[in-house]
Amino acid sequence: MSATPVTRQWRKPHFIASPWLRWGLILGTVFYLGWALATLPFDWSRISEGIPRAARIFGGGFPPSFERYELLFSGFKESFQIALLATLLGVLLSIPFAVMAARNIAPRPIYLLGRSVIIVSRSFHPVIVAILFVKAVGFGPLAGILTLTLYSIGFVGKLLAEEIEEIDWGQVEAMRAAGASYLSTLIFAVFPQILPRQIGLSMYQLDSNLRASAVVGIVGAGGIGSTLMNAFGRYDYDFAFAILLVIIAVILVSEGISGWVRKRVW
Amino acid sequence: MVTSKHSVASRVWVRYSRRERWTRWLIMLLVCAVLVWAVRDVDIFWPWVWDAPVQIHSLAERMWPPDLRRLEEIVGAMVETVHIATLATFLTIFLALPISWISAQNTTPNRACLWLGRFILVASRSVNTIIWALLFVAIFGPGVLAGILAITFRSIGFVGKLMGEAIEEIDRKPVEAMEATGASRACVVLYAIVPQVMPAFFAVIILRWDINIRESTVLGLVGAGGIGVILQGAIDTFAWPTVATILCAIVLLVLAGEAVTSVLRRRVL
Repeated sequence: MSATPVTRQWRKPHFIASPWLRWGLILGTVFYLGWALATLPFDWSRISEGIPRAARIFGGGFPPSFERYELLFSGFKESFQIALLATLLGVLLSIPFAVMAARNIAPRPIYLLGRSVIIVSRSFHPVIVAILFVKAVGFGPLAGILTLTLYSIGFVGKLLAEEIEEIDWGQVEAMRAAGASYLSTLIFAVFPQILPRQIGLSMYQLDSNLRASAVVGIVGAGGIGSTLMNAFGRYDYDFAFAILLVIIAVILVSEGISGWVRKRVW
Repeated sequence: MVTSKHSVASRVWVRYSRRERWTRWLIMLLVCAVLVWAVRDVDIFWPWVWDAPVQIHSLAERMWPPDLRRLEEIVGAMVETVHIATLATFLTIFLALPISWISAQNTTPNRACLWLGRFILVASRSVNTIIWALLFVAIFGPGVLAGILAITFRSIGFVGKLMGEAIEEIDRKPVEAMEATGASRACVVLYAIVPQVMPAFFAVIILRWDINIRESTVLGLVGAGGIGVILQGAIDTFAWPTVATILCAIVLLVLAGEAVTSVLRRRVL
């Protein structure tokens, strides 16, 4: 009766319990990485020149030059104006689209139309939209404003539509029972419930548009992005780095302000 | 008795106190003033504004019907776009995790590391993908590597910030229990911290992959690979029907990306 003591060793349970799925995922990842790396066209000779080039660029970029601060300031002023006007237009226009795209208050064909507008405007990166608007309405801040308006409609419209779908239905029923028209139901039963959220979203969108307005300029839609692109194009790296530093600083400040406002309003 | 009733009846319900009312008016006035300034000061050529609907309509007309002749090339570029997004997301995992580690208050070794980590995260998020791409194209030349690095450097900030927050929100008790048994630091990390942040990790990575697909569609506009290269070429040669095809392809790709992420989210989490 020499019973060997049963040694039980505790093992950590795996995150994905099924071994088939676990090993399948790992193998799949490895194969995918191999395939992707094999098919992508890497130009190794050009890449190997990169390190000295990087040293030259960063060497040329330091110290950042704030000599042309007037250009810097006017670029930022334009970016700010673009962001502000686009946010105003976008937030106002997002309300009808959100109403259209809310399943509970819009008839089905209208709902599908509203949803597809929101999906399409969210699919395209603002830079792509900016290129199209630059081609359609010419260079300058107008293309930037139109681009960011569309971008805001997509984002605010989507979140607002979800908010409308989650409202307290009692007030709408009460209004309808009293025989109110569709419009007054919207104004008195729906909008008061989503208004605080809309203000918070507007602040967030202003912040986000300010960031995006820095990039739409790269394709010619006005603002600091145009200034940055010019500086890069002329190998004026010290000015470009100065612009980048100021962009980071402005975004930090705007993030702080919008966070503070949202905390107070929301 | 009559008087008290009267005094109650004469009270009018007001939503805001006098001070609140004034603050609201002041804020509205300020917002209006800034808007008026922006409209008057911005460098817009107004005749173009009134002309814009006509121009946009004419552009849309030139795009119709979409030209499907270069479809094969477009599909190839789409695959490249997905590769860029996926490889960049994969690379981000290795770079973002150590940074999120040092920028979470409960795991950071010291204050200097904490601030270094936070600085990296903020700098990464503040510089847009396109600007990162511009920089990497200048360094490594046009091509997919610049695109992958641009997406990676932008994603580090996003993934690092969310992972850092997830690490900060873990339950302290398993960590304390492990420490009380005299477990080594590596064991504590592996058995008490990693399992708690694993779901957040997958959620963040899946979310970022979805965003990266969108972002990688524009890299080509500054020469960093993917569908944007063909898009830029088509726009420059005024091949509007081809542009329309590419735009439709992008919408389909983004929708497909969303479908894949929603399936992954349900399966893995």
